[in-house]
Amino acid sequence: MSINMNIGKNDGFAISASKLTRNFGPLTAVSALDLTVEKKTIYGFLGPNGSGKTTVIRLLTGLLKPSSGQVSVLGCHLPQEANKLRLQIGYMTQKFSLYDDLTVKENLQFISRIYGLTPNEQKARLSELLSIYQLNSLSKQLAGSMSGGQKQRLALAAAVLHKPKLLFLDEPTSAVDPQNRREFWEQLFDLCDQGTTILVSSHYMDEAERCHRLAILEDGIKKADDSPQALITNLPAKVVEIEANDLRRIKDNLTKLPQVISAAQLGTHLRVLVKQEVEQPIHFLQQQSYLTKNDKFTLVRASLEDVFVTCTGKGAIAS
Amino acid sequence: MNASLLRVKAIVIKELLQLSRDKMTFGMVIMIPLVQLLLFAFAINTNVRNIPVGVVDHSQTSLSRILQQTVSATGIITFTHSYHSVKAAQAAIDSNEVRAVLIIPSDVSQRLVRHPSVGFGLPPSSKQETSRPIAQWLVDGSDTIIASSIKSLRNMPLTELLDKPANRNTATFEVTLLYNPEQRSVVNIVPGLVAVILTMTMIMFTSAAIVREQEHGNMEMLITTPLASIELMIGKIIPYIFIGAIQVSIILGLGYWLFNVPFNGDLAQLTLATFLFICASLVLGLVISTIAKSQLQSMQMTVFILLPSILLSGFMFPYEGMPQAAQYIAEALPATHFIRLIRGVVLRDVALVEMSFDMLWLIGFTCLGLLVAALRFKRTLD
Repeated sequence: MSINMNIGKNDGFAISASKLTRNFGPLTAVSALDLTVEKKTIYGFLGPNGSGKTTVIRLLTGLLKPSSGQVSVLGCHLPQEANKLRLQIGYMTQKFSLYDDLTVKENLQFISRIYGLTPNEQKARLSELLSIYQLNSLSKQLAGSMSGGQKQRLALAAAVLHKPKLLFLDEPTSAVDPQNRREFWEQLFDLCDQGTTILVSSHYMDEAERCHRLAILEDGIKKADDSPQALITNLPAKVVEIEANDLRRIKDNLTKLPQVISAAQLGTHLRVLVKQEVEQPIHFLQQQSYLTKNDKFTLVRASLEDVFVTCTGKGAIAS
Repeated sequence: MNASLLRVKAIVIKELLQLSRDKMTFGMVIMIPLVQLLLFAFAINTNVRNIPVGVVDHSQTSLSRILQQTVSATGIITFTHSYHSVKAAQAAIDSNEVRAVLIIPSDVSQRLVRHPSVGFGLPPSSKQETSRPIAQWLVDGSDTIIASSIKSLRNMPLTELLDKPANRNTATFEVTLLYNPEQRSVVNIVPGLVAVILTMTMIMFTSAAIVREQEHGNMEMLITTPLASIELMIGKIIPYIFIGAIQVSIILGLGYWLFNVPFNGDLAQLTLATFLFICASLVLGLVISTIAKSQLQSMQMTVFILLPSILLSGFMFPYEGMPQAAQYIAEALPATHFIRLIRGVVLRDVALVEMSFDMLWLIGFTCLGLLVAALRFKRTLD
């Protein structure tokens, strides 16, 4: 207990949690999660739907009370100091949660009044935000009539209006196209440069790869936690791409082998993850009766998706 | 504190903006009191006129026809059908063709001349011939208002019938009717209607208020902000206090100009009583909205409160006539207390201090309700 009370005293961490657990009745949504997030970094939660990403964010924002475990966010112990924390964090929900029947400007004015900005501060901050997030031409449009990308920019502008030290983004790009997603991430990097710590959940690999550090969640359990590069480098598996006929049948046979973690068809290729202990993966694969020497085998570099597959689902191996 | 006021103001401005965009709700604010006032004030009438009745005339004399005209001249009934037999007449009542039937016996002339009301002095009541009524009413007694209207004909004077001075009885009591000497129902209904319409609209608007934020997902954003639940509650009800005031002005204004409902009371007193009732109703709506999980549920609960507010509050039926259990329920409804207050102020010019129980009850209800709503509203998603 005494050790845990010291959590959060370290100035380097924006978030530190230990053995954080949350049950919903018999279901355990988050199980004994240990987490430290350094200040001024972008920290990602990667996980399939229902893996507990949103629950973790709600626990860290004080919206849910933990069933057990300690958590300290920006030096505030939750849930006791949740009210104190509220002024310092920004939260962009998965679903658009501003008012559809108010205009862009009215929505931002509402938020700035809630955070107690004076009329002068409000005016300055609003014009700043409208230009950063390219909402100037939309300022008189009703939020409900805007596109997914525009709504997302508005939601981000509202979430950072009071200049929070810590920003939570729950699957922020699920409703926007790749172009908008790219611009969105540039804005996140700008915020990070200005000193904001960002915690973002996603199920997009390309998005996860941009984070400074990444936690892979499955069924409320943290399966991996490192920088994306370290995760890829340390992957306990080798990746082989096979070009052959009847990939479907080969795949079904390969996945039965204990040495094969997973096999997935990518167009004309079959991407096979073979366990690290197999020293010569190509040779090992060629020995299988349903593959011939004529088929093309290539050893390739692992990707974040391979890490994800290795950590989660049936392919999960104890690391 | 200043920051707190600013947050309340933020909610008020937001609610007003949303309301101004919601044309349907905005229209309802005006149309509900307007249409309901016209409907109820014209429709609800406890002085029943022109009840359709039939006649079975066994006598078929000029006297029997004059008798029919005399009864008809009271305006209470209108003879619409004539039947040959009592049996046919009863069938007509069963089929709702007429509400009552006047049966005139064949010896109506003999009965009439011996009847005490025509002025031959009071006969000994033992003498059967002279104590007989001259004709009989057969009434559909299921509707008590219709039944009592026809019962009022039981002792009607028959002076015109025989062109003789009536043997009038001196009344036992002298009755003086204050405040509504002409006995117009509308005088009692219009102030009561203020209570019913405010109950309906005020509870309806606010009961949906919190639920709507939840349904649209706005609540998840609001609870991550420094906004306190009591600030949200107060911010939500302030705009509707003004809407309630508009509705009261429409009802009482139209009641005065269109239906000549007297306005005897003091405007400040009326404003105070109405303000208290609006607050109580809005707070009741807020409590509902913290219980309901969808806007549909909040509507159902509004109706659950609305019906007893119409039927038990004294709006339709006198409070004094209800059994004790119903009176306890009525006491719990804000509408009951407000109907007493507004009838007192508008019709009788009572000072509110003389009705302080009802005032204090509304104040207590508002405070308690606000507390319950703020406590029930959770700032976490647990």
